[in-house]
Amino acid sequence: MDQDMTLLAELLVSAFLIVGGIFGFVGSFGLLKLKHTMQRLHAPTKATTLGVGGALIGSMLYFLMIESSVSFHELLITLFLFITAPITANFVAKTFMQGDVVERELPDTGRAFGWAVYDDPPSEKTEED
Amino acid sequence: MLKRIFPHPLLSVTLTIVWLMLVNKVTLGNLALGVVLGIVIPIMTAPYWPNRPAVRAPLMAAEYALIVLWDIVVANMVVAGIVLFKRNADIHSQWVVVPLELTSPEAITVLAGTITMTPGTVSATLSADGGALLVHCLHTDDPDGIRDDIKTRYERRLKEIFR
Repeated sequence: MDQDMTLLAELLVSAFLIVGGIFGFVGSFGLLKLKHTMQRLHAPTKATTLGVGGALIGSMLYFLMIESSVSFHELLITLFLFITAPITANFVAKTFMQGDVVERELPDTGRAFGWAVYDDPPSEKTEED
Repeated sequence: MLKRIFPHPLLSVTLTIVWLMLVNKVTLGNLALGVVLGIVIPIMTAPYWPNRPAVRAPLMAAEYALIVLWDIVVANMVVAGIVLFKRNADIHSQWVVVPLELTSPEAITVLAGTITMTPGTVSATLSADGGALLVHCLHTDDPDGIRDDIKTRYERRLKEIFR
């Protein structure tokens, strides 16, 4: 009985590790395959979230089911990843736009002001994103 | 007096919990250290958050988090599919403009972060007055649909959360 449970746990953990590995691979493959910098941003911001997520869930299950102790580190890693990944992507996008995208390639804002990368904010009130 | 020790009670609680999760062991000493951090850090960082957003509907926020989590999983599948099975020539990337009804910087930050994490979209920049969001879409033939999706699925909920 106990033997079966361990086997089941190991299967579950390996399944999550494999899922994580596949998505991590797809993310890196996307970086190589896609041609445009803005397109390349998509692969690591998303595919990698599930790649890392799979490994983390596997790790949590391992500690929970085999070591029978609860580990919170994985939750924290997920939290920090979710906070930092979009911000990093945004920085990369903005830096890229500054150097390699001209404003007339972009659609109109539909507002009185242009995009923040090229245009100054109204008066001294600053908007951060 | 209490207000001066805990200028931001929610942040204090969060910091204490995060500290306990970091050390991964709940003992009295760790708890004490966590509480000290929870008191000191909000006081030290108070100048950086002059106007705090009030989260009015915690249940809505929880629902939002679950929806976003689900969308992230779906987004991963979709993007993986596009990366693996579409030829580069068939990937139609486009810029999409999302006019914003949200006004608080915190709400816009959450929306921009959500857009980056979910189906095939990365938020690139804001208009200079903060009234529109520029989104890059990895593959779409229906930019208007993407915009309406973002507005009804995420912005509508955020408007209620950060009312």
